[in-house]
Amino acid sequence: MEQWEGWPKIKFESDLDLKFPEQIASIPGGDKIFTCIQCGTCSGICPLSPCMDYTPRQLIAMIRAGSKADVLSSRTTWLCASCYRCTVECPKGIKLTDIMYACKRMAITEGVYPKHFPIPVLTNEFFNTVKVTGRSNESWLIVRLFLKTNPLQLFKHANLGLRLWLRGRMSPIPDSVKRKGELRNIFKVFDVEKEYVKTKRKRKFKPAPKGCDCGSGYL
Amino acid sequence: MKYLYYPGCSARSTGKPYEESMLSVAEVLEIPIEELEDWNCCGATTYMAINELKAFALCARNFALAERQVEAEEEINLVAPCAACYLGLNKAQHYLGEFPEIRAKICEGLHAAGLESTGRVRVRHPLDVLVNDIGLEKIASAVTKPLEGFRVACYYGCQIIRPYAEFDDQHRPTTMDRLMESLGAEVIDWPIKTRCCGGSLTGTVQECGLRLSAMLLNEAKNRGCNVIATACPLCQFNLECYQSQMKRQFGYEFKMPVAFFTQLIGVAFGIPKRKLGLQRLFLPLPDVSKVAVCPLPSPSETKASVGGSNVPS
Repeated sequence: MEQWEGWPKIKFESDLDLKFPEQIASIPGGDKIFTCIQCGTCSGICPLSPCMDYTPRQLIAMIRAGSKADVLSSRTTWLCASCYRCTVECPKGIKLTDIMYACKRMAITEGVYPKHFPIPVLTNEFFNTVKVTGRSNESWLIVRLFLKTNPLQLFKHANLGLRLWLRGRMSPIPDSVKRKGELRNIFKVFDVEKEYVKTKRKRKFKPAPKGCDCGSGYL
Repeated sequence: MKYLYYPGCSARSTGKPYEESMLSVAEVLEIPIEELEDWNCCGATTYMAINELKAFALCARNFALAERQVEAEEEINLVAPCAACYLGLNKAQHYLGEFPEIRAKICEGLHAAGLESTGRVRVRHPLDVLVNDIGLEKIASAVTKPLEGFRVACYYGCQIIRPYAEFDDQHRPTTMDRLMESLGAEVIDWPIKTRCCGGSLTGTVQECGLRLSAMLLNEAKNRGCNVIATACPLCQFNLECYQSQMKRQFGYEFKMPVAFFTQLIGVAFGIPKRKLGLQRLFLPLPDVSKVAVCPLPSPSETKASVGGSNVPS
C-alpha cells in the first residue's frame, strides 16, 4: 500500500457541483475559462506555485470539472499574490487572477477557510476597517491580524515595529475620510445578504507538497 | 494638464518617504499637483476578495471627487504613486469602460451619495508622468549632483505594468532604467525586475513571501548593484525592512539599501536629505565617494542564480 501514498483519492461524480463552473464563469470576462488548453503556462510562470497544493493549471481543470469543495478549500487561491503574471501570459487570455478572486469570494461567503489562516483573516480585517473609516491603517491592521491568528507574532515583530516607529513610518492614529456618510450611502446600494461568514468548523486543508512547509504552521 | 495627487493609505505610514520625496521632486520640476480632497481607500488587492462591486465603487468615488474638484471640462490626471492604488484605480476605470452593466450599477451607487463620474479621469503613475509628460531632457537639466557611483537595480514590481501596460513594455520595462541613466547613475541589467516580491504574503505567510523577496535581493547583489530603486511602498517595505529577518531565516546577509526612485531623483537634484525622507530608510544610501572606487565583483564571486533552485531555502 505504501506506493499508493500521496496518490489522489478517488473522486465520485456525485461529489461534483456542476453549477460551480458556471458560477465562476459569470464574472466579467470569465467565460474564457472554458477555452483553457491546459498548457501549463500559468503554473510555470507563477512565482508561488511551488507553495500551492494545486497549481493554477490544475485549479482551472478542477473548476471546469465542478470540483467545488476541493477548489474552495485549497490553499492555492489564498496564496495568489495578485502579480498578474498568469493573466498576462495566458495564450487564451484567461483572467486567472480574477478567477482566483472569484474563488476567494466564494470561499469567504461560504465560510470555507481555516479559522486561523492569516490571509482570509487579513482580508476580513481590511474590509471591515475600510467599511467604517474609508481608509486603512497598516499598523493597526497588522496588530489585529496577529491578535486574531497568532499573538506570539507580535513579540516576534516588535523589533521591526520599533524601528519603523523611530523612523516615523508608523501611524498610531487611524486615518479616516471626512464624509463617511457618503461612503455609507454608496455601500448601501451594494449590500448583499451575507458578506462573509465566520468559520464555525475548521476545514482540514490538504497537506502541502513534499519539501515545502509553506504556511503549514497555521493549518 | 491638471494633476491630482492620490496618496493612498500607505503614504501616511510606511510609505511616508515616498510621498515626501515625490512632492519635493514635483516642486523642483514645477509640476502643479494638489491632493485629492477627502480621498478614500482604493480597495487594494484584498477588497476584491470579498465584494468586487464595492471595490469598484470605492474607486469610483475617488473619480467622482476628482471630477468635482476640477470643474473645467478637461482630462484629469490622477497620480497614484502606490502600485496597488494605481492598479486598483486603473482596473476600476477599465471595468467601468468595458462592462456597461458594471458601469450602470456603480453609477447607481454614486447617485445615492449625490456623486457622478463621467469617466474623464485618467489614472497615472509618477514614473509615467515624469518620463512621458515632463521628459527626460528637462529632468536631466535639473540635475545638480549626478548619481555617479550608484549602481542601480530598477525594480518595477508587478502591478505597475501588469495586467495593463499603459506606458511601458509588459515583459521588459525600461522607463525607470532610462530615468536613472539620465540622472547619471549606472543601471545594472537585472532580468527579474518585474518578478513578484511577495506582496502582503511577507506579513501573512512568511515562509512563502520572504523567499520571493530574498530571491530578488540575492540576484541584485550578485549582479553588483549597490541600491535598488522601487516604485511601490509595499515592495520597498518588503525588500528593505525584512532583511534582518531573511538573515535569520535563510542565513543570507544582503545589507542592500532600497530607495524609492523619487528619492534618487531628489538626491540628483540636490534636495536636502530631510525633504526626501532619507532619514526614514533602514539602510542609508551608499556612500558614493567610497563606492566609486569599489570594483565590480569578479565573475568567480558571482553566483548565477536566476530562478528558484539556488535561492535560499
